[in-house]
Amino acid sequence: MSPVIDIRNLSARTAVSPILRGVSLSVNAGEVMALVGESGAGKSTIAKAVLGILPAGIRVTAGNILFEGADLLALPPAKLRDLLGVRIALIPQDPLTSLNPARRIGDQLTDGLRLRAGLTRKQALDKALDLLNDVHIREPERVLKRYPHELSGGMRQRVLIAQAFSLKPHVIIADEPTTALDVTVQKQVLRLIRDMQREHGTTLLFVTHDLGVVAQICDRMTVLYGGKVLEEGATADILANPQSAYTKALLAASPRYDKPEQSLKPVPEALIAELKREIGA
Amino acid sequence: MLIEARNLSLDVPDMGHQVLIGQRRKLRILNNVSISLRRGETVGLVGESGSGKTSLGRSLLRLYEPSEGQLFFDGQDITHAGTAQLKPLRRRMQMIFQDPQSSLNPRHTIGNILSTALNLNGLDANEKSIAAILDRVGLPSTAMRRYPHQLSGGQRQRVGIARAIALRPDFVVADEIVSGLDVSTQAQVLDLLKGLRAEMGLALAFISHDLSVVRYLCERVVIMRGGEIVEEGATADVFAHPHTSFTRTLIASIPLPEVRPGWLNEAS
Repeated sequence: MSPVIDIRNLSARTAVSPILRGVSLSVNAGEVMALVGESGAGKSTIAKAVLGILPAGIRVTAGNILFEGADLLALPPAKLRDLLGVRIALIPQDPLTSLNPARRIGDQLTDGLRLRAGLTRKQALDKALDLLNDVHIREPERVLKRYPHELSGGMRQRVLIAQAFSLKPHVIIADEPTTALDVTVQKQVLRLIRDMQREHGTTLLFVTHDLGVVAQICDRMTVLYGGKVLEEGATADILANPQSAYTKALLAASPRYDKPEQSLKPVPEALIAELKREIGA
Repeated sequence: MLIEARNLSLDVPDMGHQVLIGQRRKLRILNNVSISLRRGETVGLVGESGSGKTSLGRSLLRLYEPSEGQLFFDGQDITHAGTAQLKPLRRRMQMIFQDPQSSLNPRHTIGNILSTALNLNGLDANEKSIAAILDRVGLPSTAMRRYPHQLSGGQRQRVGIARAIALRPDFVVADEIVSGLDVSTQAQVLDLLKGLRAEMGLALAFISHDLSVVRYLCERVVIMRGGEIVEEGATADVFAHPHTSFTRTLIASIPLPEVRPGWLNEAS
């Protein structure tokens, strides 16, 4: 089976420093892949590169991003527009800043359906209603007329999940989609993402720093540090038997209510120094 | 008891309620809350957003005036104390904020930020004393000439802690102070807090939505919901035998970093 997303030797940098140092990873159809790391690891940069929304200050210096065989970095803009947001969609981290505060949910949810799928206003509204039902929002007719600030954080995140799935994308990039939510809501939203992903057979690239979330939703995981892949494999294998010293340290630093004495161990300074030497920072 | 709240309630005007004449309807955000802390004790205040945990923390510092009930600090009734009565107590009760980015003045150097706190409270601020404080929170003395944006998130949070402990307080409220940090930085900051608590005999109210962190740091835990305390006890006991279904749900909703097939499908 050929991978849906195949990133080969991707390097990127700002004017002053490298951000990605030869990242290679591939994700198969219908798979959930975690990109794990701390701030500065490059996980968000990879996500943005795939979505074609790298900030102006970041430049790709080498490598390819193959999506179903086509190199996203070499495609002409018109072709790219047909893919991004349609075949490749995003569930963003912060639902409040990702929704337009001045427009109703219904208008925002139907934009893509009208402009990209060519539905009429009426068809798009019907479809939006179905989508809100799919993400288990009660009284969807009323929610369509609401503004983002009138919804709870969990509801807003459900709206964005509905939006991401609305054009039946092959790939969805979820960028820390539950970080801003309470734990009980986080669990519901994770379950929703997983159920929708399975139902549609969507390939999911899940960016997170939370190994607990990775364990419960991701089939495979890639551990990044300083823009370099340190370890990649099946989630169950890596969590049970991490090969990289950094993955081990991350696990030891993670909070665990069931083993408080063995949790929250600071990452040794010596290990960080060694990692920095290895990547040449 | 160093700090004690008895049947504390807090009302705020309901901004969602429109009135033409007269007073707005009141919204009760804390209802009949009783809690006390001894010196050297750490209590976790846990709940989801809107549960009232931050309001309770701020009420314990008498940043809000209670609507009902009583508040005592070191034997003094400060429920309705005025500025003059509170002034000498302010040094002894400090707060560490969630977001050091917005709680440190971006135009002031770290040295300036710390010396302001010391001067305002009549304490001696010189390079030596500031260097000693920075050293205590694991920052180099060169940090005093830096501005907040030149530090990393973890370093900024250390400055927030430094500003609180510089005044040698008896009671500190820490409001979600590690929630914005990376896991490895979070562990370092918690480690620092543990050391300071032991060394200074602080009474610490640790506000957090993260039960795992509370389990690690706090001897006692208070679970809040809708402005009320729903459960309280020794942290180990509450985790081993939660009495309310709400606490059970909260604990069961935390994803552990090991693969547990079916966990996501368990009802919550």
